[in-house]
Amino acid sequence: MSKFQKKRGASSPEVSTASLPDIIFMLLFFFMVVTVLRDSELKLNVLTPSATQLTKLQEKSLVNYLYIGKPKEKYQETYGTSPRLQLGDKFATVADIPLFLEKHKIKVPENKRNKITSSLRVDGKVTMGIVQDVKIALRKANQLKVNYSAKPKAE
Amino acid sequence: MARKSSRDRMKNEINAGSMADIAFLLLIFFLVTTQIVEDKGITVKLPPWSEEEVDPTQLKTRNVFSVLVNADNQLLVRKEPAELNDLRERAKEFIMNPKRREDLSEKPTKAIISLKNDRGTNYETYLQVYNELKGAYDELWEEEAQRKYNRPYSDAMPRHMKKEIKGRIPMVLSEAEPTTFGEEQ
Repeated sequence: MSKFQKKRGASSPEVSTASLPDIIFMLLFFFMVVTVLRDSELKLNVLTPSATQLTKLQEKSLVNYLYIGKPKEKYQETYGTSPRLQLGDKFATVADIPLFLEKHKIKVPENKRNKITSSLRVDGKVTMGIVQDVKIALRKANQLKVNYSAKPKAE
Repeated sequence: MARKSSRDRMKNEINAGSMADIAFLLLIFFLVTTQIVEDKGITVKLPPWSEEEVDPTQLKTRNVFSVLVNADNQLLVRKEPAELNDLRERAKEFIMNPKRREDLSEKPTKAIISLKNDRGTNYETYLQVYNELKGAYDELWEEEAQRKYNRPYSDAMPRHMKKEIKGRIPMVLSEAEPTTFGEEQ
């Protein structure tokens, strides 16, 4: 009997929690590195259609985003309800595309410039007219790699 | 006596238990504010801009698979109304022409798919049609890869094999200028 009592006295039951913050910090850093903060506020309603033959965009720094859709309700008073183009965080017209592409291009190292992709995030309900105008502007600016953004289709 | 008490104070540690809570708070903040952006889509290579129009009448009609999507989102494939669901199979049959039919393409390298839409066509419909046409080529490449190299067509495949497959079945999808029907004002 005395044997058991001796053992109980010798062990210290407390587990050290000092390393817990380190573990949590590691998780935190992981999420901070993996996620990308969206840099521009979306002023349009963009609901991309779904498709099956998708490819993933590789390097985020080599992608520029062009949004097309109807303005959100709070901007409709100023900008109307017809589909508009958004570059960066402001409304734009097709004529602004070359400058926008050039601004993005100078940030990219020269050896990677031919890999720049334009991601077209277009609302499914938009008609092809404005999309066609944007495509012609891209072709004229010699930006030929285009990605039609789409959601994977559940099958 | 005083010396002993000071040494006792040195042994005291800051309680680090609450550090975990602070870190958790930060973690949850980041989890809530960031949104993981879905960055997937159909990658397309646009043709370079040129002032002169390509004249499609020079091509033999049997080598051209014309797809027209009108402002009412209806499909016209080779001058006949068609359904979106049949499009992939028909495109595959047209490209490969396994039965050597007179009205389908002579060989895969000569096959051209011509896609035309109105300005009033819905973007969603257009993308679905494009998806089906790309799907037809993807499936053909997959079949070719399985037949020739006995492995799936994927990113892991060596570049020269991919080039070989794409050389046999090149994807030629030309998009004509759209007609101006049904433009939204």
